[in-house]
Amino acid sequence: MNKIEVEGATVELDREGFLRDLHQWSRQVAVELARREQIDLGDEHWEIIDLLRSFYKEYKVSPAMRILVKQAGIKLGREKGSSLHLLRLFPGSPAKVASKIAGLPKPTNCL
Amino acid sequence: MILHIVNKSPFQSDCLNSCLRIISPEDALLLIEDGVYAALDTPRGLASLAPAIPVYALEADCRARGILDQLHASVKPTDDHGFVELTLAYAKSQSWF
Amino acid sequence: MQEADKSLLVVVRHGPYQGQLAREALDAVLTAAAFEQPVSLLFMDDGVFQLTPNQDGSAIDAKNLATMLAVLPMYDVDRVYVELDSLNLRAISPESLTLPATPVGGHALRDLFVNNAHLLSF
Repeated sequence: MNKIEVEGATVELDREGFLRDLHQWSRQVAVELARREQIDLGDEHWEIIDLLRSFYKEYKVSPAMRILVKQAGIKLGREKGSSLHLLRLFPGSPAKVASKIAGLPKPTNCL
Repeated sequence: MILHIVNKSPFQSDCLNSCLRIISPEDALLLIEDGVYAALDTPRGLASLAPAIPVYALEADCRARGILDQLHASVKPTDDHGFVELTLAYAKSQSWF
Repeated sequence: MQEADKSLLVVVRHGPYQGQLAREALDAVLTAAAFEQPVSLLFMDDGVFQLTPNQDGSAIDAKNLATMLAVLPMYDVDRVYVELDSLNLRAISPESLTLPATPVGGHALRDLFVNNAHLLSF
């Protein structure tokens, strides 16, 4: 079983490292999930994580990359609404990696 | 233009009616599974449709249900090969299920 | 060579909580939209119940479908249609719907099927 230990509690993950129970998410869990991706969370990461969590809270959908870029531009300022900015923060597949750390399901339209 | 595929009995479901709101003479209708009951000569069947629109019914599904010799005169039975030919002959398919 | 027409019409004909169909339809629409493919969405038959207000999916441990459909404008999906006959038959007024959808019937309805290169039904 894929799992992590955070502050004495066991948090189960699926095969790809996404939370099995989204309610288990906490900021400490995010730090641990990020560590597994070799990401050290800073303010700019948290901005994106908070953005993702409020988007999911409203729509119950994890946004695809293009939508995340657009939302970041609207909510955080134009210079942050770029693929490059997101790739720098969450290398590889930003929408997928950031959703994972934010404790959301994998974006359905993320191949 | 469009091959419409209906797989529900007209006595049980509104699928056929929905299909009939869209269908037009450049289309064809293919009845499969319980949809073949629409090929029977009944008021719920296809009397209003024929002969403007070609109607096919999957022969195996008719035979299985014992209705192959009771189909409305305008309905053409077809086999799996014919099914494939139809999907190739029409630009797109719409399934009503 | 002419570029292939990728336009897609997603036809939704089932209620919001009947199996996974509604979710799958939404996934198909969002995937097409995420890749900037032209996608239109048509609700007809019981599909129009997906757009009625006051849904509470949590009562049956399901995600609220009306809430999820609200994400469509974020994905720039603005070609949303609803069949007028289906609304009338169910005594639903177009103004009460949870999404701005264009009521269609007759030729306009037929044209949706004709003018889109691909059809997907749910």
